[in-house]
Amino acid sequence: MKVLVVADHNNKDLIKSTLNTITAAKKIGPTELLVIGNDCKTVAESASKVSGLEKIYLNDDVGFENFLSENISDFLKDFAEGFSHILFTNNAFGKNIAPRLCALVDAMIVPDVIEILDSTTFKRPIYAGNAIATCKSHSKINILTIRTTSFSETETSDISIEIDMINKNFKNEKSKYIGSDIEKSERPELTSADIVVSGGRGLGSGENFKILEKLADKLGAAMGASRAAVDAGFVPNDWQVGQTGKIVAPNLYIAVGISGAIQHLAGMKDSKVIVAVNKDEEAPIFTVTDYGLVEDLFKAVPEIEKNIN
Amino acid sequence: MKVLVPVKRVVDYNVKVRVKQDQTGVELENVKMSMNPFDEIAIEEALRLKENNVATEVIAISIGSTQVQETIRNALAMGADSGIFVNCEKGLEPLIVAKILASVIKKVNPDLVIMGKQAIDDDMNATGQMLSGLLGWSQATFASKVEVIDKKLKVSREIDDGIEHIEITLPGIVTTDLRLNEPRYASLPNIMKAKKKPIEEINVDTLNVDLNQKLEILKVEEPSKRDAGIIVKSVDELIDKLKNEAKVI
Repeated sequence: MKVLVVADHNNKDLIKSTLNTITAAKKIGPTELLVIGNDCKTVAESASKVSGLEKIYLNDDVGFENFLSENISDFLKDFAEGFSHILFTNNAFGKNIAPRLCALVDAMIVPDVIEILDSTTFKRPIYAGNAIATCKSHSKINILTIRTTSFSETETSDISIEIDMINKNFKNEKSKYIGSDIEKSERPELTSADIVVSGGRGLGSGENFKILEKLADKLGAAMGASRAAVDAGFVPNDWQVGQTGKIVAPNLYIAVGISGAIQHLAGMKDSKVIVAVNKDEEAPIFTVTDYGLVEDLFKAVPEIEKNIN
Repeated sequence: MKVLVPVKRVVDYNVKVRVKQDQTGVELENVKMSMNPFDEIAIEEALRLKENNVATEVIAISIGSTQVQETIRNALAMGADSGIFVNCEKGLEPLIVAKILASVIKKVNPDLVIMGKQAIDDDMNATGQMLSGLLGWSQATFASKVEVIDKKLKVSREIDDGIEHIEITLPGIVTTDLRLNEPRYASLPNIMKAKKKPIEEINVDTLNVDLNQKLEILKVEEPSKRDAGIIVKSVDELIDKLKNEAKVI
């Protein structure tokens, strides 16, 4: 039994959710980490301090700079041979690569794992989290993506381990990265924030989200949104919480002007404490809240913001 | 350009599913079934390519028992030209579906496959990526914009921290995200017309695909329920509860 975690990073920093995936991996067996990218030695160096890793591999090549699935899965196809399990974080990076790798090594994917029962038996949500399936994997190599909110972060220590260099490159002529539109934010990252303030269609416009952002900034919270608010163009797509967006489980989730479609609940109902502000007392969001406030959000939110210290 | 769109019959997105008492799955009897919403977006995108004279033909394909032909008919009513029904009574999973699709694709030779990024029943988000791996094609997942420029596709993808733009060559696979388009409704005349459109039937046994599932479902359970909370009367009470009872601020 040998487990490989494929690190998610941006060639500079390790994406924090990789630490949750490493925790899941260590429940299965001795865990090694692969950092694959371009000019990403600093990522491997910081990862080498993560507790309990047996080995770190670094494959640094310009062909992997933009994490194109074709390139990375092609490299992994041969590299996978030595492992019983390969784990990815269940995010845009992992979802783009893990299933393609599966096809190349004739394995069935086990996506969005929330619990590890033994080395081949896993629990995962289906139907937007309205049912939980226990699955047994019969693939020769078990390829999993991990729901980060279900596993804690592995700690880092002062001791670092050696980095094994791999010098394999791969270039494809089929796909090419052109660029990206990424809005930098000072706020904490949505999926790992302690507090999330989320807005829905009830906000009425992108401009009105400012009252929520004020509250979020006072609380040091991340901003989230329902699908309806993103579809309406109020806020960017990467704010979406739900079945097909991001899954969050903060200590405190404040849902404002969100009615609570099952698809939205799927993304936030594992939060420790849920608060909803909605003027419609029949809104389904109130079925999952710890504290509900039935009031006009434009009156309530500024008042909360003013009175919270 | 020929476009193939796989469509899946799933429990309608408005239905709150119930887990079966014997824990073998969820209740599907007398439950409203519909086309997977992401697949509707895929059909819509293919139709728009045809209306813009980029695509010449849109073919919808579905795999399963006879009822999945209804889903193919829905795609035809939206405007697809023809359908392929792969008759398969056995249990499916993304890897098997991808193998069946790859096998059909070798006969049909589409230039582009557009498909939903995930089905809202098993929430796997895998078949498109697997299919492009099996075929050795390029892939553009989670698309929110698709443009065809000189036999190449420029695709904007929804990623964790924003939007990424890539260019892929054809043949290729695109998987659709929510913001790609708003699917049309089938009009009554088009529903009538769809009844006359051809659906080719293929028996899965003729495709030489390994139908053994590699991911076995041992049981399906209800998720743990949240305890019902309270309705607070004022902002002050809310803040007091968060501070002194929940201790989260």
